Amino acid sequence: MSQALPGNPTVIVKYMPGAGSTKGANWFHKQKNGDGTLVFGTSGSTHFPYLLGDPRVKYEIKDWIPVMATGTGGVAYINAKDGKKFDGSGNALKGSKHIFGSQGATRLDLIPLLAWKMLGMKVEPVFGIKSRGNGRLMFERGEATIDYQTTAAYLQASMPLVEEGKAVPMMTWGSLDDDGKVIRDPTFPKLPTFKEVCEKTDGCSTSGDAWNAWKSFFSAGFPVQKIVFLPAGTDQAIVDTYIKAFEKIRARPDFKKLSSKRLGEYPMLVGKQAASATVEATTVTPSAKAFVIKWLNADYGTKLK
Amino acid sequence: MELLQLQTVWPALSEALNLLIRPAVLGYLFLGVTMGLAVGVFPGLGGIAGLSLLIPFMFGMDPILGLALMIGMVAVVPTSDTFTSVLMGIPGSSASQATVLDGFPLAKKGEAARALSAAFASSMFGGVIGAFFLTFFIVIARPLVLKFGLPEMLMVTVLGLSMVAILAGRVPLKGLAAAGLGMMVGTIGEADAGGSLRMATYDIPYLTDGLKLVIVGLGIFALPEIVALLRQDRMISKTAELGAGWAQGLKDWYANLFLSVRCALIGVVIGVIPGLGGSVVDWIAYGHTVQTTKNKENFSKGEIRGVIGPESSNNAKEGGGLVPTLLFGIPGSGSMAIFIGAVALLGSGDIEVGPAMIKNNLNYTYAIVWLLALANVLGTVLCIVVSGPIARLTTIRFALLAPFLFMLISFAAFQSGQNLGDLVALFAIGLIGILLRRFDWSRPAFLIGFVLSNPAEAFTNQVHQVAQFKFRQGIDVGLAYIFSPIVIVLIVITVVSIVVGIRQAKHIMAEGDVQSKSKRAPMIFLLAVLAYLVVSFWNASLISNRLLGDKIFPLFVSAVAIVACLSCLVSMIRKPPTDILFADREVYGDDANARYSLWSTLAWFASLLILTSLIGFILALCIFLFLFMRFRVRLTQRMSALYTACGIVFMCFMAWLLHRDFPPGLLQEWFVLPWPLT
Repeated sequence: MSQALPGNPTVIVKYMPGAGSTKGANWFHKQKNGDGTLVFGTSGSTHFPYLLGDPRVKYEIKDWIPVMATGTGGVAYINAKDGKKFDGSGNALKGSKHIFGSQGATRLDLIPLLAWKMLGMKVEPVFGIKSRGNGRLMFERGEATIDYQTTAAYLQASMPLVEEGKAVPMMTWGSLDDDGKVIRDPTFPKLPTFKEVCEKTDGCSTSGDAWNAWKSFFSAGFPVQKIVFLPAGTDQAIVDTYIKAFEKIRARPDFKKLSSKRLGEYPMLVGKQAASATVEATTVTPSAKAFVIKWLNADYGTKLK
Repeated sequence: MELLQLQTVWPALSEALNLLIRPAVLGYLFLGVTMGLAVGVFPGLGGIAGLSLLIPFMFGMDPILGLALMIGMVAVVPTSDTFTSVLMGIPGSSASQATVLDGFPLAKKGEAARALSAAFASSMFGGVIGAFFLTFFIVIARPLVLKFGLPEMLMVTVLGLSMVAILAGRVPLKGLAAAGLGMMVGTIGEADAGGSLRMATYDIPYLTDGLKLVIVGLGIFALPEIVALLRQDRMISKTAELGAGWAQGLKDWYANLFLSVRCALIGVVIGVIPGLGGSVVDWIAYGHTVQTTKNKENFSKGEIRGVIGPESSNNAKEGGGLVPTLLFGIPGSGSMAIFIGAVALLGSGDIEVGPAMIKNNLNYTYAIVWLLALANVLGTVLCIVVSGPIARLTTIRFALLAPFLFMLISFAAFQSGQNLGDLVALFAIGLIGILLRRFDWSRPAFLIGFVLSNPAEAFTNQVHQVAQFKFRQGIDVGLAYIFSPIVIVLIVITVVSIVVGIRQAKHIMAEGDVQSKSKRAPMIFLLAVLAYLVVSFWNASLISNRLLGDKIFPLFVSAVAIVACLSCLVSMIRKPPTDILFADREVYGDDANARYSLWSTLAWFASLLILTSLIGFILALCIFLFLFMRFRVRLTQRMSALYTACGIVFMCFMAWLLHRDFPPGLLQEWFVLPWPLT
């Protein structure tokens, strides 16, 4: 960003951790001086509490001005023993019991938990894991028997496990095409998507409440996972400057190499495209929300009041 | 397999050496070290602030230069934070809390230079030992680290908690209650497992995230000491002449070389375990130091071994912490998380932190390990050079220092959450700290309880869940999981440490010698603690049984602490008022004879916080510093103004350099003011 913005300003990274990423977002929401010296980077974990109506959320994402959006994907994998049974459908794993190291059911982990449930697997999440990396470590130690990672972390740390034969990839969450249909993840064209696995599994349906809820939250969590926002009320000229800067970054000859290493092979959306993607990432249908809230309470006793 | 590794190790070693011996690398390392020392001196900032500062420059930078800069900075923070720990009793970071216990009393005895140089020598040695150990260990570390599962981590946590036994003070029950109270304070906020709120409400969002270690460390150790010294209106050092100098400190360290080696190894090993972080290391090292010292009388009163132990371990821990970071891509601390992010920006992004690191970048791995060792040596030399003059601070009239210390700890506390609530929390915890100190309840026990509350709860819940799963596969599978060889060894060490601890605890007065006279005040404090525990017990019991994981831990801990308090109460009723149970500093000694009362002194600090909430930190400081210098210290108007100006300029300069914000007040809600008044 520093190299692409006019005058090459120094970009200071300021961390504001806390309250499952809602603290930084709440703080950003209060910033009104849109003089172009402050941008905010969100990820799926900022969007989910907002979508679920977490009581700590005091921000309205729709007020902010998105200038860049980019997606990522996720891959689910199981241990070698159960992996042998996996035939591209969930049939052989029906009723099989698994342990999953999870950061919490209201986080991005909601996507895999719901997917596994729809496949009829009995996955018991061990909550309170501090990061997905620690979840993977539990898997490596044999304490967890199933895991998932977002693309970058999967490529970096889980792929070696697959190569050593300690893990078997099950499925990706997929990507969305222009019509909003789930297609194979461009980073992992050989792996089936959850949709494909579900279609082959008896009793798993790619229509109806559960599927609609899964797809709605998946669309919010992965295809548009990381967004750069300017504060509400920022001058249009400043917004345009940022859009130009991101276009410039995207046009770098080494951009593809840099971004595929960190995020996977996903398009980076700028300006208008980013704005419409943001709408996608921050809206779920009321019925999907109701379904998820009911399921979270029934299975994990989670209350979002 | 082993042979194959050797074949790849030697070329990587020489490649790493080639990477390092370039003037530019050493230059960047030096730059990083100086920045790290500057950041470390500031309590509560630590490596996170420093590294965030470097990130903008990392993109596309020559990898080895970037690594030199970052490693230089991270490595020496636990070296220079010793300054505030020893000289002012302010724990600079979680790594130097145990150093305060004996370091500060040494400073009070006029032996600050000795304590500092012993600490620095230990730090350097620990750092170098850590790097040396890693050079051999790192290629075989992965399978060993994977042996450390949840039961093992739980046992290390329990081992840490067992240090309460030796630091409990003269009345073990009070130590136990203090640790229980610390643990209960640690459970405040959202539960890890099911998200239930404990002693918190969404109406006060600050509480839902729980209290931060920085604030509890400052409140429990720093604030009570500052207030106590300020009341007496003297110097930190009881003698104007600084006695034993820095050469003595080096000799002390050399005389305790083996202690230093052992504690360094403790530091590396615990640092290596992912998920524990460094906050237990210094306490385990301190406990080990006490247990292995023949004459225990001087601990907490200025025993040099009490400085050497923890300081040897905390720099070694940084080396150990590289293992989970580099080999697994799992950051052991906040600064390591930023380090991982920054490494990805270096060069063309070829260095991949994670499992592939050893395979593809063994040369860089070794370069990092040795940069760490070099940085430790550089940092120590710089620190020892300046320690003599800086130790003179302890001979300044304390009232002249105190307002600046109030300024520093408020600023440090605010950095932890960037919320006005940080200042309120600091004051509240400070008050608890003052009362614990006054009535001779072990503050180290409280702090250990607080630090280990979250890991103890999380690991207990997780082990329970995974073990249940394993037991369903078969009793043998379950038992093998829970009672692994490592766990059994840790259980033995823990039992020994508790037995030894209880036997010797009465010799170690964690709070020094405190006299008793009347029953009333100590009893009121006990009843207040008891009331809080009962309320938290009741509060936890309200959580739905479906989220058992959220309530079982606070219920159990508060029940134990309540029993401890009740038995204390029973003996209080039976025993005469001169019994050690009724220890009270306001009865006899420095505190009782102090020139100023506790409350008026505390009111000064409270006024700074209240003013801050109204008009923002910098404006509040201007008023506070001037009034304090004019009316409490009784300087002339001109001198007061001069001191105020110096303080403000220093504060603004540091904050500007590190891109930090100041706490805003009500005024800032209504008016947009230019920095630094924002």
